[in-house]
Amino acid sequence: MEQKTHYELVILGGGPAGLSAGLYAARARLNHILIEKGAHGGQVLLTDWIDNYPGFPEGLSGFDLIEKMSEHAKRFDLNSMTAEVVSVNIDDHKNKSLTLDNGNIITFDTIILGTGARANALGVPGEEEMRGKGVSYCGTCDAPFYRNVEVAVIGGGDTAVEEAQYLTKFASKVYVVHRRDELRATKVIQEAAFANDKIEFIWNTQLKSIEGDNGVEQLQLENKDGTTSTLKVEGVFIFVGITPNNNCLPLEILQADKWGFIPVDKETCTAVPGVMAAGDIVSKNVRQVVNACGEGAVAVLAAEAYLNHIKGE
Amino acid sequence: MASEKVQQVNDGDFDTLINSDLPTLVDFWAPWCGPCKAIGPVIEDLAGEYDGKVTIAKMNVDDNPNTPGQFGIRAIPTIILFKKGEVVDQVTGAVGKTQLVELINKAL
Repeated sequence: MEQKTHYELVILGGGPAGLSAGLYAARARLNHILIEKGAHGGQVLLTDWIDNYPGFPEGLSGFDLIEKMSEHAKRFDLNSMTAEVVSVNIDDHKNKSLTLDNGNIITFDTIILGTGARANALGVPGEEEMRGKGVSYCGTCDAPFYRNVEVAVIGGGDTAVEEAQYLTKFASKVYVVHRRDELRATKVIQEAAFANDKIEFIWNTQLKSIEGDNGVEQLQLENKDGTTSTLKVEGVFIFVGITPNNNCLPLEILQADKWGFIPVDKETCTAVPGVMAAGDIVSKNVRQVVNACGEGAVAVLAAEAYLNHIKGE
Repeated sequence: MASEKVQQVNDGDFDTLINSDLPTLVDFWAPWCGPCKAIGPVIEDLAGEYDGKVTIAKMNVDDNPNTPGQFGIRAIPTIILFKKGEVVDQVTGAVGKTQLVELINKAL
């Protein structure tokens, strides 16, 4: 038999936004639940080292930061469960519910969407076939498999350049292939990369295909001027932006942008009353741990305001 | 405790394990990998749920260099499902429990 449970507040996702929301919800003693499909963490777990989260002057690993956030929320009795959400039903904002993969239904007054995002694939030939066999989206996880060999990084943002830097601890050489002639990465990250002898930049160039028999052997590249070249590497690390985790969300009613991210106002409210969004799922320019956490907190306060409002009706 | 049902496998006893009667799911992981730690609890859950039907095992790739190389593993976590010594299928990355259940069902 399917079960039906009601909460004042549901938090979807256990990354920095969701865990911050969880902390605030638990402290506010809201009747809440945080639903995460795997373990807490999200994309932060892919981050080797976090040097820009205030309060940790020495920096710390993504995993440690998440553990601390998780512990912190649990200290105030965060209520959480591991489950996958199949659909979120908010067409009628007075009767909101979601369905879990086991068929159980959860009804709620308010929800905070903190489902985050994941790394984009480039979609070039060979990429999908050699995923895990030379194609990687996580330097922190896979760099030690590339001791003393040459690898390439695709991209020019913070993640790409930081991961290139990390890869030089293992690889003999790291080529950074970027489609522009300058990096988007934060200046201090750029400075470190330019000073690193093991990093070589290949500017104005795009990856066209990944080739190899039982693993990556070489890349086909194309320069902006049309010239093509072959780069022999054993690994290619792809960091070219992110895709929102929005499979279970009703995008039309949430007025998602053309990439599938959710627009919110400055109080994190979406187009649907009682539905807030926080963290990387939000349509915005800056996606850092520090603003994800801030948004998670704001979202709970917005949820409380909405709960007070409906109680007064 | 579910965690006691996860077997620790190494280069030495790997072949014996995957050739045993039960299908075997092996999680290749390392202590320095955040996503590996993230799926750890899911692997433990599965070991409890499939106790007696599927052997759930973990191999630390830092301590065991041979087996990961043999299967061309260059990313972790990689989770491979074996049946009678043969690879049935595999997934890479911190996937959700649903995906791992789908994977296991391919051997049942």
